[in-house]
Amino acid sequence: MSDTRLSPEDQALCAEAEAFVVAHWDNDNRCLKGSPELGLKGFMQKAFEERWCVLTWPENWWGRGLSVRQSRMIERVFRKYGAVGPGQDRNNIAVSTVFANGKDHVKREMLPKLITGGYVCLLYSEPGAGSDLAAVRTRADLEGDEYVVNGQKVWTSGAMDAEYGVLIARTDWDVPKHKGISYFLFPMKQEGVTVRPLHQITDDKHFNEVFFDNARVPADWVLGELGNGFKVLTQALAVERLIMGDGATERRMTGFSKHIVDLIDLARRNGKIDDPVIRERIAKQLAWRQLNSMNLVRAKEELAQHGSSPLMSISKLAMSRMQHGDAQVMADILGPKSLLMGDEHPDEDYANYRSAHAFMNSIGGGTDQIQRNIIAERILGLPKEIEVDREKPFRDVRSG
Amino acid sequence: MTHISYEDRAAMRESLHRLLNSRSDEKAVRATMETETGFDKTLWSELAELGVLGLLISPDHGGIGGGPLEINEIMEEVGSHLMCGPFLTSAVLSSVLLNNSSDDDKKYTLLPALASGDLIATAALTGETGNWTPDDITVQADGNILNGSSHYVLHCDVANIIFVAAKSGNGLQFFTVDPNADGLSKTPMNAYDLTLSFSTLTFANVEANPVEGVEKQGFVNAVELARIALAGEQAGGSKHVFDMTIDYIKNRYQFGRAIGGFQAVKHMAADLYVEVESALSASRQAAAALASDAPDKDILVNLAAWTCADTFTRTTHDSIQLHGGIAFTWDHPAHLYFRRARADAFLLGSPDYFREQYLLAQEAIR
Repeated sequence: MSDTRLSPEDQALCAEAEAFVVAHWDNDNRCLKGSPELGLKGFMQKAFEERWCVLTWPENWWGRGLSVRQSRMIERVFRKYGAVGPGQDRNNIAVSTVFANGKDHVKREMLPKLITGGYVCLLYSEPGAGSDLAAVRTRADLEGDEYVVNGQKVWTSGAMDAEYGVLIARTDWDVPKHKGISYFLFPMKQEGVTVRPLHQITDDKHFNEVFFDNARVPADWVLGELGNGFKVLTQALAVERLIMGDGATERRMTGFSKHIVDLIDLARRNGKIDDPVIRERIAKQLAWRQLNSMNLVRAKEELAQHGSSPLMSISKLAMSRMQHGDAQVMADILGPKSLLMGDEHPDEDYANYRSAHAFMNSIGGGTDQIQRNIIAERILGLPKEIEVDREKPFRDVRSG
Repeated sequence: MTHISYEDRAAMRESLHRLLNSRSDEKAVRATMETETGFDKTLWSELAELGVLGLLISPDHGGIGGGPLEINEIMEEVGSHLMCGPFLTSAVLSSVLLNNSSDDDKKYTLLPALASGDLIATAALTGETGNWTPDDITVQADGNILNGSSHYVLHCDVANIIFVAAKSGNGLQFFTVDPNADGLSKTPMNAYDLTLSFSTLTFANVEANPVEGVEKQGFVNAVELARIALAGEQAGGSKHVFDMTIDYIKNRYQFGRAIGGFQAVKHMAADLYVEVESALSASRQAAAALASDAPDKDILVNLAAWTCADTFTRTTHDSIQLHGGIAFTWDHPAHLYFRRARADAFLLGSPDYFREQYLLAQEAIR
């Protein structure tokens, strides 16, 4: 990392940050020292009051007007002690979106809560709007100074506990699909909202469905202009990608490889290490993984040099063949034993789990097919897909 | 090995790029391809002027003293321009073998001539199995007398000197042989890549001149460096063919649309992009690992050797498919790259062999 000779100003900042963390962070209980009853929120509150959470924002907005580089530097100081806090301005999707697009009085009132209040869920996808997010049919209709929301969202992580969400809903049905969507900050804890865990093919329940039945949101909580929600969404998705990109390099730096299945070991333990077909397939799996890490290293160098890298976007697509391939090779190493599951068959259990879990990457966050379109259009400059519904009023667009 | 700065490397690449744009364009490649020897004398002397022929030769002997990073980068240009001639066998394999030997006399007399282009060498280092390992050698040395055969010897017809690897009582030994020596017979082989020229050499009591101090490791190192060079050629060739193909599918219209707008085409392009970038990563990082003698260099060199071969083959294959009928014609350049890719894939050992070596190296660290 680049903690080469820091300027006196940066040194002082780091020292101040370190002193704060040492004084207030209880790493065993992940809370404010001496106040375990307040939980993580107690510490976040303290960090917010002392201006450690949104460092790049100006001072009249709880920040310190620092650069992104300085913010990263402070984030590293906090991370060294296992603490959280800084970076909410950069990688908290709801916080950065509200800050960039909210009305001032809403920002004054809501940002302190959002910054210290934990996860804000993302109310985007719907049963009828997956790859085609602009086709959302959840509606928001103005009634006095509130919007009344009806419809359904799906694939919502953390919806059970979230106090707030960010929501895209249709506010105008008479214009083409991209133009009639608005982006809201949305209060989750209310009568008209029902959250139901979604049972996945992995048998996990990580995601939820969220149902809106005359739920309400203040009209002032629209972020950006009414009907301009798709643009706000695009910004928010860019923040999300940035976080995932950061995560990818971060994970690489911190030995992400620990979580990778060891196909060589599995083949050895199951007497298949000398099988030439298995060997070829193991070699391919290892190679794909290694090539992807190398691409990420190059991406990181390009990011540092040019601020962006087209290589970033191939990682997700490359990940799919690694994950599906790993699971398939695992099953083939195990042979008929992969018919089994349960605690007495940990290898088989894991192989089977992985075979289903791999779809999380190849479908979630943009399917492989959409990902290929993105690479082809945005990086290679090939013509964009023809969208037959692009200019039609949304109420005339066929769905299903 | 001297240290050549990143800027100097980039400048050398740029000069070579310009030279090859004029001297190794499609027309020039086709012209060279039609000749008996596959050799363009003018190009060769211009390469010498640029210093490229002495890239891997030490400055003490008229070279530049470059290493894996430099040759890898230069070879990306060689691949993208389909450069013809005995570069790999003379300026890489033979020059490195001699440069890394302890035979001061031969270094003093031969290396400057190799760097200046006055002398062209070829390397006869493998038997019919063609994996370029010590075990593959099928020439026997008895003192300085050679018997047996060498295979896939490149551009023999223009070489003034042949470097030969032979098995001898106490391991491996290396020799130089005069192409016109008594008892040496050269059988030209037809190459599918029309820019290449191969021969099989048969030795019947050929008198040879020993090269001192190469040993097995010197041989392995020279072949390893040549594989990194070849990986650079494959990655550079892949990138060029890919760019050419993307350009084509943006400009070819059918059904009233650019065919690059059809998903069946688009998705092939996106998948190829992943392959091509991965090959560039693999080739460059293997070169870096070799340059720094990194502990995982075995893994990375084998990974590059195998994946760059597969990528060049696949890219040139898909390129023909994506171009459609036009690329099925002799006059279109796609098949020139296709042929080079198929040749490169087996030139210094087969992809299957490198894949297995890669896995063995991976197993060794577990």
